[in-house]
Amino acid sequence: MRRLAGFIANASGWLSRRLGRGGGTTLPGVVLLKLRPHALAEYAADLHHGSILVSATNGKTTTTRLLAAATRVAGYHVVTNTEGSNLERGIAAALLKGANGAEVGLFEVDEAALTSVAASTQPQVVVLMNLFRDQLDRYGELETLVDKWRDLLDDLAAQHEPPMLVLNADDPNIAALGRDRDNVVWFGVDDTSHAVAHLAHAADATMCRNCGAPLEHTVVLVGHLGHWHCPNCDATRPSPTISATQIALTPSGQHITVRYPTNAGPPITMTIDSPLPGLHNSYNIVAAFAASWAIAARTQRPQDVDAVARVIAETKPAFGRGEIISIDDKRIQLLLAKNPTGVNQNVRTLLNSPGELHVLVLLNDRTADGQDVSWIWDVDWEPLRPRLASLTLGGDRAWDLALRFQYGGFDMDKIKVAPDPSNALDIALNDTLPGQTLHALPTYTAMIDLRRVLTQRGYTAAYWSDE
Amino acid sequence: MNAAYTVRLCHLYPEMMNIYADRGNIAVFRQRLAWRDIALEITEIGLGDIVDPGQHDLYYLGGGQDRDQNLVAKDLAANAATLQAAADAGAAQLYVCGGIQLAGHQYVTADGTSLPGLGILDLVTEAGATRLIGDLVIDATIEGTTQRVVGYENHAGRTRLGASCVPLGRVVSGHGNDGESGNEGAVLNHVIGTYLHGPLLPKNPWLADLLLGWALEHRYGQDVALRPLEDAVEARAHTAAIGRAGVRR
Ligand SMILES: [Zn+2]
Repeated sequence: MRRLAGFIANASGWLSRRLGRGGGTTLPGVVLLKLRPHALAEYAADLHHGSILVSATNGKTTTTRLLAAATRVAGYHVVTNTEGSNLERGIAAALLKGANGAEVGLFEVDEAALTSVAASTQPQVVVLMNLFRDQLDRYGELETLVDKWRDLLDDLAAQHEPPMLVLNADDPNIAALGRDRDNVVWFGVDDTSHAVAHLAHAADATMCRNCGAPLEHTVVLVGHLGHWHCPNCDATRPSPTISATQIALTPSGQHITVRYPTNAGPPITMTIDSPLPGLHNSYNIVAAFAASWAIAARTQRPQDVDAVARVIAETKPAFGRGEIISIDDKRIQLLLAKNPTGVNQNVRTLLNSPGELHVLVLLNDRTADGQDVSWIWDVDWEPLRPRLASLTLGGDRAWDLALRFQYGGFDMDKIKVAPDPSNALDIALNDTLPGQTLHALPTYTAMIDLRRVLTQRGYTAAYWSDE
Repeated sequence: MNAAYTVRLCHLYPEMMNIYADRGNIAVFRQRLAWRDIALEITEIGLGDIVDPGQHDLYYLGGGQDRDQNLVAKDLAANAATLQAAADAGAAQLYVCGGIQLAGHQYVTADGTSLPGLGILDLVTEAGATRLIGDLVIDATIEGTTQRVVGYENHAGRTRLGASCVPLGRVVSGHGNDGESGNEGAVLNHVIGTYLHGPLLPKNPWLADLLLGWALEHRYGQDVALRPLEDAVEARAHTAAIGRAGVRR
């Protein structure tokens, strides 16, 4: 019966692609779960080394891609969902595809779906990177999500073989989840040279989860990530096992030095050149190193650290996470705009590029974007003000963006509004001079729209969206 | 700017009650005054701080996460008399989302705990089993003028009005105070409570100017009139938001 269900599910994906409907990557998962509600557990049980789950508000896609490369070069036969949905259906579809002989299941998991996915897959390694305020209409309050994750880790601790936890020492909420637990591998950023002066506006995780007192940050790196301690109790940033000790950010990526433990002897350090821009990607890189270390430890396999470093250095930005597309004599950099913390990092990345800036922001309010567009007011757009040569605003809620910039004191004469993404792209490209880069910040569905426009004009390969 | 007039804003618990981009409402106060050469002076009140009696023309309290809102509810008691006196003296007050719940007599949480509120607005709130989430469009009536007001709502509380306050408006689409009565928000003299965020004021500049007018009247009497603004971008965003709400209904 299981094989029949798998066959029907696979056929549905094939049919969908043949009909040009799109969604061919996820539909088999939907069908499979309909036919066999416990399919996730059944297929995951076949994985010789079990499953690895990666979750976070920001960075899970990039980290999972980095980790997939690191795990493959270490010789594991890996199945991942990096091309598809990070909900149960996407993971089911990936498992179905990898049903023949995969040893490791490596899955990026939506924050709210983590509990049910973990219950089915009984993971060997769980990587938790950060929690930021994000799409409150979908995810609810951050506090509630942290509580859910804590309950999940309690349940997993009672599992026959509790998973290794790879946790971000720099996020106070994530660090609190690992307090008093065994089998934690901590990662973090030790280099303090990129610190910003204050916690981000409307930062979360400002209170100690152990005693309730306000936390103190000596270093703020990204949003509420940094070096922190509680002035009232013994809660403090754990010392990371694997950390980024030196980071030099460049417009096209970064040089990052990672300190990595060895089985015998002192830790080693290695420096890699990565094409992933921004400090948020430093966290993704160090998380991937930490997770690959945990996987090697868990499966008791020796590791070729140089090979891991090489493939991490070779990993290019994921879809829309800083990828660059050439348009005749101009370039477009696509930077997915998800939530205030993510966009604040995009803004920092833009400010790192030389010269005047041409920017296109596209705001949609569909289900995958979050219907509530309030969040654009929590983004610190203002540092862009002195650097902007042109700013084009588009998407379903382009006029909400216009209001945000108007009340942010931007020069409205430099701002053009065109809700239709194709028109907005034309206007923005027209303002961008030959040799220059247009930085595009679309929300998720706006990115799909923009990608479609670019494809129609022959600039990128087709992409099957999950929407 | 060497402004002849200044509005004094008391922003209550901005570090904790800021979940639905309340910062946008403050930006609207600041800019709409600046465009008319009027200054805005902001005092931020945090846990343990005491509000200076009679020193503010405009008060603002936004929404927060449950844990933060519980902490604020306890802390507010020390400032309740001052805020009530300010409301009685005609100062403008805006309570948004969690704010409207705290402005009422009490809030009963999901586990049955009763948190006392300021009691400035005659209303009580009880946590419901589900959250009321989505676009929210209302026809708001204040001082005889009715305007369509648009935003977003996301709240578990079911708010019911007492006899001495009237709703801010009638729900055109969305849930409003309790998802049943068709009422949204509450008004009592110069005090407004509402579940509308988005944030509220950028797309509804009429409400912003109403509050600023009351604040100026509180400080300077009838002497200062607010010059009308073009509000072209505001109107486009307002129309677009109503369109989206209609599509999703
Ligand atoms: Zn503490």
